[in-house]
Order: sequence, then C-alpha cells, then structure tokens
Amino acid sequence: MASRIQNIFASLKAAGRKALIPYITAGDPNPGATVGLMHALVRGGADIIELGVPFSDPMADGPVIQKAAERALAFGVSLRQVIGMVAEFRKTDGKTPVVLMGYANPIEAMGYEVFSALAAEAGVDGVLTVDLPLEEAVERVATLKRHGLDPIFLLAPTTPAQRVAMIGELASGYMYYVSLKGVTGAAHLDIDNVADKMRQLRHNTALPIGVGFGIRDAESAAAVAKVADAVIIGSRIVQELEQGESGLQDRLVAFLSGVRSAVDAVRA
Amino acid sequence: MQMAGKSAEQTYDMPDAHGHFGQFGGIFVAETLIPALDELRVEYEKAIADPEFMAEFNYELKHYVGRPSPLYHAKRWSEVLGGAQIYLKREDLNHTGAHKVNNTIGQVLLARRMGKKRVIAETGAGQHGVATATVAARYGLECVVYMGAEDVKRQAPNVFRMKLLGAKVVAVESGSKTLKDAMNEAMRDWVTNVDSTYYIIGTCAGPHPYPMLVRDFQSVIGEECKVQCAEQVGRQPDAVLACVGGGSNAIGIFYPYIDVPGVRLIGVEAGGYGVETGRHAAPLTANAKPGVLHGNRTALMQDENGQIIETHSISAGLDYPGVGPEHSYLKEIGRAEYVAANDDEAIAAFHDLCRYEGIIPALESSHALAYAKKLAPTLSKDQVIVVNLSGRGDKDIPTLARLSGIEL
Repeated sequence: MASRIQNIFASLKAAGRKALIPYITAGDPNPGATVGLMHALVRGGADIIELGVPFSDPMADGPVIQKAAERALAFGVSLRQVIGMVAEFRKTDGKTPVVLMGYANPIEAMGYEVFSALAAEAGVDGVLTVDLPLEEAVERVATLKRHGLDPIFLLAPTTPAQRVAMIGELASGYMYYVSLKGVTGAAHLDIDNVADKMRQLRHNTALPIGVGFGIRDAESAAAVAKVADAVIIGSRIVQELEQGESGLQDRLVAFLSGVRSAVDAVRA
Repeated sequence: MQMAGKSAEQTYDMPDAHGHFGQFGGIFVAETLIPALDELRVEYEKAIADPEFMAEFNYELKHYVGRPSPLYHAKRWSEVLGGAQIYLKREDLNHTGAHKVNNTIGQVLLARRMGKKRVIAETGAGQHGVATATVAARYGLECVVYMGAEDVKRQAPNVFRMKLLGAKVVAVESGSKTLKDAMNEAMRDWVTNVDSTYYIIGTCAGPHPYPMLVRDFQSVIGEECKVQCAEQVGRQPDAVLACVGGGSNAIGIFYPYIDVPGVRLIGVEAGGYGVETGRHAAPLTANAKPGVLHGNRTALMQDENGQIIETHSISAGLDYPGVGPEHSYLKEIGRAEYVAANDDEAIAAFHDLCRYEGIIPALESSHALAYAKKLAPTLSKDQVIVVNLSGRGDKDIPTLARLSGIEL
C-alpha cells in the first residue's frame, strides 16, 4: 500500500508540480500553538509538514532552531506530547503527511517498537532522525517500516555515489538533500552546486529528493524547485515564530503563500 | 606504544569494525560527517601500521611530553591510611600538566598527515583545550577551542593559557553552557568546515573511531605502568584506580590490564552532592539507561523523555552526562567496577595528598584518590593499589581558595 507521502509525490509529479515542505519545532512558541500552526502551514500551501521533536542537544542545528527547541523544552514538551499533537492535527486533516524530525535519543528512550506503534496510530507518516546514519539504521528502520512509517534519510554534499544508492535502498518516501556543509539556518546556498549534485543523485536513486538548508525566500525556493522534487524551509519559518504569537498564523500563511506561488511558477 | 599487533595471550578485541563495544559505541552523527569519519578511520589504521608515524609519536612523547611518567610510591600517605601500598602514576608531571597531551600529540600528528591546517577542540576544565592549543602551536596549525561560557568564567587561568598559545577560545552560550554544549558547538563547526578541519576530541567518547583512537593513544599510561610495576613492585597491582568523566585517563591505564587476571580495574566517577541526590556526574554508578549523545551510545544521564539532564561536579573536567562507551561495556561484562566519590570526599583527598606527599593533584584525579583512601585501609599492607594521578591541581587553586573563603 502506498503511503500518504508516496501518494503526494505521485500526484504532484502527475500535475508537474513541486512539493513545498515547511518545518516548525513542536511546542514553539508554546505547546498550545502547534496544531493551529500546522493547519496554517497547510493553508499557506504546505504539501508535507516536517515537525521538529525538541532535543536538549541539537548538534546539527544553527542558533535559530536551537532556540526553538529551548523554547519548547521550557514547557517540557516530550516526544509523547508531539505525537499527541499529530493525533490532534489528524482530526481535521487526513491528507497532509507529517514527518517527525529530530535526534535519536528521545526515540531510543521510548524504544523503537513503542514509538513506531504510537506514531503510526497518531497518523505520523515519516521519521527523519538526524543522527541516525545508515550504519546504525537497519534494525531501527525495519521497525518503522513494519508500522508503515517512511524512514527519511539525509544526503550530504559529502555523500559518495555508492552510499547514496545504499541509503536509497533503506529509505522510502523521499530523501532530504542537505544543500551545504553546515548547520540549519546557514545562508550560503550555492544553487549551481545543488543543480550539479542533483543530477548525480538521480543516477543513484529513484526516490523523490527534497532540498533544504539555506532556503530563505521565494527566489531561492524557485531556484531549488527547478532542480529538486521538494523545497524544504526550516529556519526562515521558525524566525516568524520568534516574532511572537500576535498574528502569527496570518504571517505564516502570507510568507508561505509567496513561496508557494514562486515554486508553482516552476513547472516540471 | 604497541598498537599494531596483539600478543598471543591477548583475547580482548574491541571495538568491532563499526565501533561497537557490545551494545555501546557506534556512529551516531549527521550524514555530512560520515565520509570524514571514514577517512579518519582509514588514515588512523595506516598511521599506526607505519613505523615512521609511530617513531615520531614515541619521540614526541619522550622528548616533548617527558615520558615515561614516574610511578611513585606514596609511602607516607599509605602509612597514614594503614593498609595497602599506594602508588601514583604521575601523569601530572607531563608537559601541560595532565594526561591529555598524550592524545593531542597523537591526533595532531594524524591531522598533519591528513593535510588539515586547522584543528578544533572542546574543553571543560580547559586541560584538553590547553593540550590542543599546545600541540597546535608546536605544529603551526590554526586552533579554535570551544568552551562553555560557565566554564570560561570558572577556569579563567586556562582560558588565558590557551590564548597565550595562540588559540582562539569561543565561549559557548547555548544549553547549560558547560562541556556538553562545547562539544555540540565543536560538532557544528566541524560539520561546517569538514574539509579544512580536524576535530581533536579530548576523551574516549564521540563517534567511532574516536573512542578507539583516544584509548590507543592514552594506553601508553598502562603500558608504562606494567613495566614499572614489574620493576618496582615485582608484580602487577591488586587494583588500578582512575577517575572517570569521559574516561580517557582511565581507559589509558585500564586497557593494557584488561587481559591481566587478578588486577581489579576501578573507575571513580564524580558523585557531586551524592549519587542519591541526583546532582552528580556518575552515570555508571547510578545505573543510568543507555542513550545516544555526541555520536555514540552509552550510559547517559537523561530524563524519562530522553532529554539530557544537567550534571554537577566540583570538577569541571568530570562534569559530563555521558561516559566513554568502552567503560559502559567494561561495566556490563564485569571487567571493571565503577564507583563514585562525592565533592567533599575528593576535596579531603586533595588535601591529604598536598599534606602527606607534597603533591597538589587535580580535582578530577582527587576523585580517584578519594576512593583509594576508602579502599586502602580494607586491604593488607602487602597489597598494592595504583592510582592514575591524571593531572596536577594548579588550575584548581582558585576553586579551593574560594571554598576556604579566600580571595586570591
């Protein structure tokens, strides 16, 4: 059975469109806001939502998402609560895939079997664990897949071709190409470089490929949409959350709609 | 150091090819760093099989660090305690004043061999930062040291020392502003500058191959100790004690003894205000659940949701929520024992060594001394304890003065 994520990419492809995947950290700016913000992201044109699970030691994140995690953890937001937020979101949105993105330890602490069962039941579609590379992933991913969850993997500028193919064997749904060497929120997207790399990646995997890190506006989103299957935006959206709750949903919708139009102007 | 080739009686053979010590260790990092870790592992294996590399490493240990470090019989203190004979492995007499330099020499030689022009490091008390800044100066490499903003305040003399040696010290303001946050920030730097930069990790933690290579570079301590015990005592000791934060000095002295029967290996963690208070840095003693942090799976101080909790120790160098994965493994298989010494016990042992032996020990090492003080009276006078005196205490004098209400 095709997953919600696979269906989205199939229908976008048929329509000649590219996916837009925004990221927010669950529990930021407060736990009560998250489900409303997820719906706002959908209104703004999100095809898939990446929902960050806050962790005390976010080693791959720049200052913007680090602070988002700190704000959420100040409310004691746990993995169990994040799964609950997805269940709440699912009550009124049965269509938009949700990918949990975070670090290994909160899942390790819960246990993969318990986590996979709870997440699948709540309506989570995919799981991206930043610090779980291929080397450690095989058994853990098998558990996710048994529960119908798509394991999403990162690809980096440094990932060799043969390894891309090996990761592609294990992954499902889509792959997330990290456009630069660095942490989230870095500002030096090199689009020519990304275009070259995308051609190489496509030789080694048939999965859809999203590109993230360094996408900040309609212009950079459109440039990425020309070469990738999905545009992933994180830190720039979290910066909207930093501005406080006043008018937040409207601001998110406005920002994302602009990006959506730019992405849709690019036809495959 | 004899790392290439094991002797026939050696049966312990860890980690496996993927860096696992049983269920511990491994490689838990973001994809961007994987090729860099692969390259490091391959270069390391080539280096230790290269007689020229080993000759240079051993030359530097002898002429720059001042090895071998003495094994010293602490006769007066042993008499006062009235039990076992206590010997001290004097890593405090190394250049830079601690065992840390054994590892930084090894890793800076690897960095040079790999053509890296820039080295980075994390540091807690500042000893590893100083040892890294020292070798960076010695080999003409750019050096950046990440240090929690709290530790920068607590350890001002070492911050200045690093700057004198030409290093840039970055105060890390995120999280709890201590060692674990410094390590997060060093990882962020490495992932951004992975082509130009070598990350010199200071303890036997981090992703594979770091726990293995730090252990191997530090195992010179135990190798020397075996020779010195045979010469001075006529046999190997009944127990070897070392403090454990990440655990690099402990693994350095334990490793050559793993296959030696009859030698108890005892790691002493930081009990802080007492393990029962929850305010400590003793994951093994407290039977903390395994978890994943900083690239490896190991016993980890965490809450029920898998968030890392803040630790406490009077000693900044032991103030870390995890422990090297090989220590978790040695505990699990029962080859090593782990106990804790509280802040006040460490301070009492610190004063003992000052007054009875004329040696000012580091507060980290004072934790191992504190357990020796407990253990020695339970043993007979012909039994022998070796304590790894991993560093000297000059850096801790301001802390001790403050505790006595003295402003220096």
